[in-house]
Amino acid sequence: MTVLSIEGLDARHGLLQAVRNVSFEVAEGETIALVGANGAGKTTLLRTIAGAHRPAAGRVVFDGAEVTRLRAYRRVRAGIALVPEGRRLFPELTVEENLLVAGAKARAGPWSVSKVVEAFPLLEPLRKRRAASLSGGEQQATAIGRALMTNPRLLLIDEVSLGLAPLAVDAVYRSLETLIGSGATVILVEQDLARGMAVADRVLCMLEGRIVLQGGAGELTRDEVTAAYFGVRSQEGEA
Amino acid sequence: MNWVNAVVQGILLGGFYALLACGLSLMFGVMRIINLAHGDLAVLGAFLVWVAVDHTDVSPFLALVPVLGLMYGVGYALQRGLLERSLRAGVLVPLLTTFGLAIVIQNLLLEIFSPDVRSLGGRTGGVTTTSWRISGDLAISKLGVLILAVAITVLGGLHLFLTHAPAGRAMRATAQDVDTAELVGIDSRAVYARAAGISVAVAALAGAFLAIRAAFDPSSGPTQLIFAFEAVVIGGFGSLWGTLVGGIVLGVSQTIGAEIDPQYSILAGHLVFLTVLAVRGRGILGAREAIA
Repeated sequence: MTVLSIEGLDARHGLLQAVRNVSFEVAEGETIALVGANGAGKTTLLRTIAGAHRPAAGRVVFDGAEVTRLRAYRRVRAGIALVPEGRRLFPELTVEENLLVAGAKARAGPWSVSKVVEAFPLLEPLRKRRAASLSGGEQQATAIGRALMTNPRLLLIDEVSLGLAPLAVDAVYRSLETLIGSGATVILVEQDLARGMAVADRVLCMLEGRIVLQGGAGELTRDEVTAAYFGVRSQEGEA
Repeated sequence: MNWVNAVVQGILLGGFYALLACGLSLMFGVMRIINLAHGDLAVLGAFLVWVAVDHTDVSPFLALVPVLGLMYGVGYALQRGLLERSLRAGVLVPLLTTFGLAIVIQNLLLEIFSPDVRSLGGRTGGVTTTSWRISGDLAISKLGVLILAVAITVLGGLHLFLTHAPAGRAMRATAQDVDTAELVGIDSRAVYARAAGISVAVAALAGAFLAIRAAFDPSSGPTQLIFAFEAVVIGGFGSLWGTLVGGIVLGVSQTIGAEIDPQYSILAGHLVFLTVLAVRGRGILGAREAIA
């Protein structure tokens, strides 16, 4: 069953067109790795799906209903949650408050502060700490936990491992795999190609605002993805 | 003993300034709007209480109850209808909008109520005029204590609301990062409107106390705005307890100035304000956080 369907989406930052005519569908329970170089439009695409960025054209259909004009907070209540690039925790709120503030008006579901702490055990001793005082990995765990508190049907994670120590990346991915194993629908942006391809069912590769390559994670080779990532393929096509 | 008296009276006066400044501080802390109409909204509240008392002959304290509700609605509508739009146009536009609003309110009040000076002091019974005599030189006015107690209750209540109530947490989150607040399911426009509602209702409360403890007319607003603004800046912008400290520092400065020479009262307050601004720009309890 299709949870999310993107149809001919265009998104701009002023004169810069960050996302160009992007269309794809996400099935229930699917995990998608969105890869591409810096500036390929991955973040803008996720923010447009979440409602933080207004599209210039195209449609976002979630769970059979068009949400293109819906504000971000309404989409959260419909079941879309974004873990933003740079984590963006509320710095002066404690870890627990960061979680509670997201859960306050959420749709009904299994997630609670204790469930999040169970999924990310590293947060247990940090519950009363100010978010600003956390390390990168702890912040990422809190940010993912905060998104989970809204009981999303679709979880968008921007830059899972960027800026994290390798050990922290391992910890975050372990929790993520549990989550994916439990049937969550996830789109994640990942710089680390091997990591992204390992957890995903499908890989979408973006270049200059377009999806230039997509396929099952098992069917694509790293070389194919790398070529699309740097635009080698399209240049060969032109030659 | 006169100096002790000056300090005690200053602290009581400071309670009034803190109450006056509280809404200004909240509005700046949550949505970064400096509301130049704050003093005039307080005076509007005073006139509404005056109208209620004049028509029904109830105590001003009773008349305050519906006025607070009404002024909450005024603040809510003001944010949704006017300030929300101007916020989208940048930081300077809300400042100009509230400046214009101040002029509109003053002129409307002048049109409706004439420039006559009024007071509610005579309608409150004994509270306004009686005091506790501590010694020959020192008397503590009951009204002053009442206002200080109300100020502490309002600030303490707001603090509890912000730290413990779900809606208060959402307000702090929105104050810190409005875009991310929307991404975790918070309707930031509703949060802003609620903050504006609280701010204007508390302004009206302060306005009513202005009317009870002294006198007011349609042009009283700007002076009250200056005192409120000074209290907020002295205490530290965006810090609620700082606002109480700032109000008291301003009040004590004015009464000590008056003790030196009655002419120096307001001037002493201004000088302390300028000194704090020059020496410690973010105020005595300058906040790390937007609102604490």
